[in-house]
Amino acid sequence: MMRLVRQFLVFLLIALILPIGAYAQSSDPAALIQSFGGKQSFDDTEAVVKKLAAAGDPQVARALNALSKGDLVYRKSDNQVFIASGRGTVDLFDPLTGTKVGEAASRDFSKVRVKNSIRRAVTDALGSLTLRSPDPNTRMAAAGTLFSTATPEAMKTLDAAIAAETVPAIKTKLEEARAAAVLKSDEPAAAKVEAVKTLAGKGDRETLAMIRGVAATSKDAQLKQAATTAAVSIENTIATWTILQNVWYGLSLGSVLLLAAIGLAITFGVMGVINMAHGEMVMLGAYTTFVVQELIRTHAPGLFEVSLAIALPLAFLVSGAVGLVMERCLIRFLYGRPLETLLATFGVSLILQQAVRTIFGPSNREVGNPDFMSGAFDIGLMSVTWNRLWIIVFALVVFVALLALLNKTALGLQMRAVTQNRKMAAAMGIRTPWVDAMTFALGSGIAGIAGVALSQIDNVSPNLGQGYIIDSFMVVVFGGVGNLWGTLVGAMSLGVVNKFLEPYAGAVLGKIVVLVLIILFIQKRPRGLFAQKGRFVDA
Amino acid sequence: MIIARFLGPRVWILVGLILAAAVLVPLANLALPPGHPLHMPSYLVPLFGKYVTYALLALALDLVWGYVGILSLGHGAFFALGGYAMGMYLMRQIGSRGVYGNPILPDFMVFLNWKALPWYWSGFDAFWFAALMVMLVPGLLAFVFGFFAFRSRVTGVYLSIITQAMTYALLLAFFRNDMGFGGNNGLTDFKDILGFPIQAAATRAGLFSASCIALAIGVLLVGWITRSKLGKLMIAVRDAESRTRFIGWRPEDVKLFAFTVSAVMAGIAGALYVPQVGIINPSEFAPVNSIEVVVWAAVGGRGTLIGPILGALLVNYGKTVFTAIAPDSWLFVLGGLFVFVTLVLPRGIVGTIDHGWDAWRARRRSAAKEKGESGDGDGSILPHPAE
Repeated sequence: MMRLVRQFLVFLLIALILPIGAYAQSSDPAALIQSFGGKQSFDDTEAVVKKLAAAGDPQVARALNALSKGDLVYRKSDNQVFIASGRGTVDLFDPLTGTKVGEAASRDFSKVRVKNSIRRAVTDALGSLTLRSPDPNTRMAAAGTLFSTATPEAMKTLDAAIAAETVPAIKTKLEEARAAAVLKSDEPAAAKVEAVKTLAGKGDRETLAMIRGVAATSKDAQLKQAATTAAVSIENTIATWTILQNVWYGLSLGSVLLLAAIGLAITFGVMGVINMAHGEMVMLGAYTTFVVQELIRTHAPGLFEVSLAIALPLAFLVSGAVGLVMERCLIRFLYGRPLETLLATFGVSLILQQAVRTIFGPSNREVGNPDFMSGAFDIGLMSVTWNRLWIIVFALVVFVALLALLNKTALGLQMRAVTQNRKMAAAMGIRTPWVDAMTFALGSGIAGIAGVALSQIDNVSPNLGQGYIIDSFMVVVFGGVGNLWGTLVGAMSLGVVNKFLEPYAGAVLGKIVVLVLIILFIQKRPRGLFAQKGRFVDA
Repeated sequence: MIIARFLGPRVWILVGLILAAAVLVPLANLALPPGHPLHMPSYLVPLFGKYVTYALLALALDLVWGYVGILSLGHGAFFALGGYAMGMYLMRQIGSRGVYGNPILPDFMVFLNWKALPWYWSGFDAFWFAALMVMLVPGLLAFVFGFFAFRSRVTGVYLSIITQAMTYALLLAFFRNDMGFGGNNGLTDFKDILGFPIQAAATRAGLFSASCIALAIGVLLVGWITRSKLGKLMIAVRDAESRTRFIGWRPEDVKLFAFTVSAVMAGIAGALYVPQVGIINPSEFAPVNSIEVVVWAAVGGRGTLIGPILGALLVNYGKTVFTAIAPDSWLFVLGGLFVFVTLVLPRGIVGTIDHGWDAWRARRRSAAKEKGESGDGDGSILPHPAE
């Protein structure tokens, strides 16, 4: 009983004070919103929007959004303003707080009429309002938007925002937006020169277009000079970033090549076995990922984020097992006959391809990206996608792990011993056939791991492996047989060269040029970039 | 030495068989009425003609692989280049009968809005020029490629891989529309060759005969080369390259000669192939095609004259049969064939029979010698050129 009474009293108080406040203090947002009520002209509505923007309370964003969507209504009886949703019987919400205040028949309400110029005013108002949002990310985004939409009128709002801003990065953005606004305004030339200087530091394509416009149209000699200088400096910045972006693309391609080739560096480089089915080992790894994701999708959807982590060891085992079977049943009979090995493994690659095609169908299969692999972020003017970044990291991790395995473990020691001198190794008690089998399985297993990574950026189809096999051989041959470091350098340099040629020659022609360059390179150094020297050359 | 005595007539029997086919197949197709039991249906003639050009391609590969030991994974490229040269001639023969009716430009150029014929298409309206290019383009490519590769002593699998890279690069290049070779559609829709309508049964029979004659000439050429002093040198390079060099020969010259001749033969095979199948497109450059040629030669028996021809005919007949009854199974069969041949039948069919025959003769002779008086130990198995 007491509660009811108290509520009634509070309600009475509010009902009494509100109208007074509305007239007494016109910058109170709630009151301002109420002034949308009643029949009024478009100009009146627009004036209210401007007042709301000037009042600068981020809370009014809800009402403004509703206004531009046409959801803002007023009660015909008392001109009170609500946000309405629904038809016939509508739900009414408080325009300021958004809490539901009741239901009513829609015929008792009229819409606050809007037209496009009002919607534009709303957008501008929202832009300046979000500058005061407590969330730094929202402010950052608002500053970014204002840069391209800045009007001379926004300068005052921006000045206020700059004064209030504490985060330096956002402050810079705001200053840039202000500079853009200054350039569009009638400010004196000196202020514009100042603005051009501010913008020169930003240096992206949009700014370049803006400054070029100033340089072309400006009548003031000093301003023209400043704008031209700034344009040149921005062009240089952009050129630098373009090179960096190309290097990045190149490293990304290089890491893919490294992943595809590193297993080959073991089987071909260390063992001297030509495995034409290497690409199919990569493909098997990619299909393992597909199967794992399918199982997760049907049985445990919650595990999707870790599907790649589950797929990695499985892919290693699947491809490694296939490699082991190949070595035991086929390749061990062909040691010392490289050309025959090439043919036989090519036969195996055909069989594996057709087997996968028969089981999974000839079309591309969908392999999903977990959240941490999707999306992108910007560094300067360069866009970096997460999946590419992770693949570079992953390729390097695999490389280091393999290097450690070869140099620090007993198996690695035995592998190197067998490679260098098979007879002596056997005499020392190393089971060379076993080491052969393990080495081949290791190389194949790594190809499977590469398949997991490649499934994230490439189409998973039975032809997946074919696309990589020639490139992988090129990397290994270019880098020098029997040398992991050579493979790393070979993969990265081929990737970067490829990407730098692409803008000039196009993707396909670039690839052809690279192939021709490698063919010419092999003429000059038939044993690769990092050739083995001394007694192992003919071993 | 036994082989030399035996191969003399063998070459001529082979040539005789091929020439007999060149006469009999067109006769069976054209002269016999359709109801006759020996009548050859018209659709089979270009199919057999295709096999014959494949046989010539396999023979060309055999010259470098079987006799000089260069495993080329790029012979499909020479084949396709010859085919493109012929295709360009055939395109020019269409004249204004194309879809767009342009008397000069082929349809695809009109479609791509080209205004004039690119310079490298000029001359291809004359058959003699096209025929010259069929031999010159693959030959020149092989010469330049081989010159660099052999001079810097790129051997073994390295050479195989860069020949594969070569055909892969060409594959990518010919897929491009602005190369001016029809992009991925290639050249097709041919009308006539040397004035004869290309679809007519008589023209097809003629093309079949021409392919057989080319194959017969190829057999004679390879037979002659490999039995000459140069041929002995080729086998020496194959079996012991360093030793041959130390004796004072230049292995790279021998290899370059064989590689170039072989590429020209492959080009001619391609040129005969194109009018019979009616299309040439970049997929002919696919590395898989080149490697299939290797398996033909391997199945039949490399280092013999009959082997690659037999292998090409058998494998391609098998391909036709298998793709008809179970299209999916062909790659299994082909893959299995690769494995089977390398593991079980490394000499190929002909090589294995030859080897068995030689071994049997040697055994019999040594048995005869033992019966008479103790021999001088000359009864060992003679090495076969395939080894």
